[in-house]
Formats: sequence, C-alpha cells, structure tokens
Amino acid sequence: MTRQRPNYVAGLGSLVWLGLVGLPLYVLLLATVRTRADYSTEGPLSLPAEWTVQNYLTDLSNGFGQDFLNTLAVTAAVVAIVLLVVPPLAYAIVRARGRATGWVFRLFLLGLAIPAQAVIVPMFYLISKAGLYDHLIGVILPTAAFCLPVCTLVLTGAMRDISPELYEAMAMDGASPARVFRQLVLPLSKGGLSSIVVFAALQAWNGFLFPLILTQSDSTKVVTLGLYEFQTEHGVDVPGLLSAVVLSTLPVFVVYLFARRALVQGLTGVGGK
Amino acid sequence: MTSVPKSGAGVIRPGFVWAAPAALFFLLFAIVPLLLVAVLSFTHWDGISEPRFNGLDNWTALVHDPVMIQSVWITLLLTVLGVATQTPVSILLGVWAAGHQRNRAVLSAIYFVPLLLSATAVSLVWRAVLDPNFGVPSQLTWLFGDGNLLGSQSGAIAVLTFVGVWQFTPLHALIYQGGARAIPQVLYQAAAIDGAGTVRQFFHITLPQLRNTVITSTVLMVAGGLTTFDTVLILTQGGPGTDTTVSAFHMYQKAFKSFDFGAGSAIALVLVVIATLISLAVVRLSGYDRMRGTTEGL
Repeated sequence: MTRQRPNYVAGLGSLVWLGLVGLPLYVLLLATVRTRADYSTEGPLSLPAEWTVQNYLTDLSNGFGQDFLNTLAVTAAVVAIVLLVVPPLAYAIVRARGRATGWVFRLFLLGLAIPAQAVIVPMFYLISKAGLYDHLIGVILPTAAFCLPVCTLVLTGAMRDISPELYEAMAMDGASPARVFRQLVLPLSKGGLSSIVVFAALQAWNGFLFPLILTQSDSTKVVTLGLYEFQTEHGVDVPGLLSAVVLSTLPVFVVYLFARRALVQGLTGVGGK
Repeated sequence: MTSVPKSGAGVIRPGFVWAAPAALFFLLFAIVPLLLVAVLSFTHWDGISEPRFNGLDNWTALVHDPVMIQSVWITLLLTVLGVATQTPVSILLGVWAAGHQRNRAVLSAIYFVPLLLSATAVSLVWRAVLDPNFGVPSQLTWLFGDGNLLGSQSGAIAVLTFVGVWQFTPLHALIYQGGARAIPQVLYQAAAIDGAGTVRQFFHITLPQLRNTVITSTVLMVAGGLTTFDTVLILTQGGPGTDTTVSAFHMYQKAFKSFDFGAGSAIALVLVVIATLISLAVVRLSGYDRMRGTTEGL
C-alpha cells in the first residue's frame, strides 16, 4: 500500500489550532504560580518574577476541599446509578422480544433530544416538593437521569456485537437470563461499560446547571459552582481563581493520562465508534 | 451431538423487568419534568407559594416581550455562527488527526485538552484571558485596540462564537476523525493513480464520504447552540445590556432571578419546540432517516 501524501492544509490548520489551544493554557498555568500583584503589573504573558504555590494552598484552605469531596460523592453516586440500571436495560433491549421493551428504547432515543436547560424549572419544582432541595441527592438524581440516553445507546451498541451463537450455547445449558447476563453479557461488554462509566463520571464532575439551581449552601457546593461563585465574589483574584480551575480539572487530567482511549470514547458518547 | 436450535428457539429471553428500573427512573426525572414544563407554562408561580393556573397570561406576555423575541434571534444567530465556524475547523482537525503524521499522537493529546475542561472552567479561563485590563488584550494593544471585546454586541457575539469553537471543536474533530478513518483507502489510491492531488482528494473523496458524519456533528452543534447558557452566564451576563441574552439565559433570569417560574417555563417550552423542529428538519433534509444502518453516520 502506498503511503498517503501528507495533508499540508490540515497540517497548517493544526499548527494554528496548537496556538489557539496553547495560549489560554499558558496563561492559565502561569497565572496559578505567580502572586496577584505580579499578575496585575506584569500581565498574563510574561514569566512570573517569583514562583509560588500559595494560590493553590489558599484555595485549599478556603473550602475548595469540601467542594472537591462533594463533587466526588456526586460523581461516584451518578456512576453507581448508571451502572446499576443501564446494563440490565441494554441487555433487555438487545435480547428481549416484548413490545414494551421496544417502547422503552424509543423513549430513550427521544430522551437524547431533551436539553437539561428545558427542564430546570420543573426539576426545581419536583426536587423542592420531594424535600431534596440543597441536598446532594437532589443533584445526583437528575444528573444520572440525563446520562441515561447516551449510556444506553453506547452500551446497547456494545452488546449487539456479542454473537447470537454464544447466547444459544448458554441457553442449551439451561442458563437463566440472570446467569447469561452475569457470565456472558457483562464480561463481553467491558469496553462499552468503561465508556459509559467515563461518560457519566465526566457529566457529573463537570455538571453545572443542576447544582446551580438545586443547591445553595457551602456544604453542598460542587467544584463548578465553587468556581462560578469564586468569580462572582472575588473576581479580581485571577491567580486564585485559575488555580481553582486547575485543581478542579486535575482528576479528569489524571484519567486522561492513564485511560485516554476510554476517556475519548466516553467523551464522544454517541459519536465515538 | 444434539442438534443446534434455530436462532431464537428455546432461548430464555430477559423480560421487561430488566428494563423497568431504568425506564421508571428516566420517566420520573426526564419525561415527567418535560410534561410538567408545559403545565407550569400556564401557571403563575413565584417559587414559594403553590403554582396557580393563569390561562394564557405567560404566553401573551411572552409574545409581547421584546427581550424574548430578540433572544430567539440571538440564539439562532449564535447557533448558525457556531455551525459555520466549528464545522470547517473540526473537519480539518479531524481529517488531520485521522492521518499518520509523525508526532500526531503527542500533538492530538494537546489538541484535545479543551475537552477535559468543564464549560464553567472554559468560560472562566477565557474571561481572564480576554480581560481588558489584566488580560492578554492589555499586552497586545496593537492587535486589540482598547481591548474591551465584550463591550459591544458584535464583539461579545464574536467572543462567544470563538469560545464555542475552542470548547467544542475537539469533540467534533474526534467525530470527524472516526468518520475519516472509515473511508476506504482504496478510494485514495485510485485517485492518486488518476493524478489527483491532496486538495482534490479532500474535496472529491474526503468531504463527500464524510456526508453522514457532517449530519451527526451538525445535529449535535445545533442542539448545543440552541441551549447555550454557561458561556453567556459567565462571559457576558447577557450583555452589554441584553445584546447577548440568549433564550436559555433569559429563561434562567425570568425563573431564578425574577422568580417568575411560569414565564420561564413558557420560554423553556419554546426552546424545546424550536430544537426539536430544527433537528427534525436537518435529519429530514439530509435523508439521514432513510439510511440503512444506525451506525452509518458515525
């Protein structure tokens, strides 16, 4: 096979993109290791006169740790809910023959088109009525619900790739659906499972809208909301704010370093194949 | 050896009970709210007392609300600008990332960093970078003039569009990368034998072959554009004045700042209807719904 010639147009574009991505990241990282005074007088592009980690330490002592733990709890719970309900659903969609299951699948396809913004008012109503306003569980439930359509689509796709012969072989052994699910379906859809875990975790970790309207106390604040409030309350402390941005992204970045493939697949959701 | 049963025969299949938990959960936290938003749009509700029906009051107020009408146009404008700017950049980047250049893996690891940041983080970083007094414009006055990019409507819309490109291009580039990798190499080999150069190959093979990917990506961009919220809230607060007040932001302010939740619901319903209609139109016009496989566009 002949090697394709390099694509110069796309190559040039990619260099421009490198600059566009690099500039704000450069400003972001340098701003976090310089003092406020230095940032204001020397500007964001120069190298810091004096390097410091004080911005990070200040953030951590100003309640960022609590925000971090709250977000961790929300993320863990959302992933748990998704893992609990989506695999059985996807299994039923792929293997059941009932009409009801077909309708459920269509319901989730429809759900792909519902933007979270469209339901924040009724969600506020329902969560308040249920007495869950300003509780983390009130953020967890809608966040998990809005992860379901994409997760279902991704996992259904993965489970469809399991060959029918394997099901029949297990059926001949008289295996119940539960045993087929445990011994065949789950082990063979590991790729899909890791994609939906990453997708749900990212949605929960980066989620902003539901926490914004469904919580108000410091004790239930998640990192995105913490960042937003930092900006509205101490907007002038740019190094402090940007350090908090870096801290909030750190876990995602660690996952990116160690599990890039799963992360990329999880990110693209429906699109990634 | 026993005879192999025909496909389906004798296989115990999972019942509806396997689908029920997810279905109930989704019904309760996504479908019920969607129906409730329609009901609430016919009520007066201040968030404290019980909602009470007020007929068409919210709707008549809505059609006479100049900010609402303006917000629909701004939302559509930002959506169109978003598709028009993100699509070419994503295609170039995606096709490039699908190739086999040296350093490609390292570079694309950097390129896709915007994906990792939450919309909140992206908006806050750009707010700092573009700050007229302490940001980059104060350093590069030859390029930015007085540097107050968010001080005019056109400037604010340009910034929102640009930040949208920065934020969403990596995702769409990944989708295009997948699409470009699926194009059979034999097409390029045939074109190369016919003497077609890279540019001609791009326009005559790559682009036509990416047709379905363009549709998938465009539908996602339209859905994202119509619900623009975080960037507006953090970067422009809908301003200057109400110049960048998009519908989702207008809804948020009506409901959670003016405590007029009925009016907010009406705006939300308008958003849902517009988003659904546009998505359907894109799918219809492109013939996406007549495609054979469900994965063809991916």
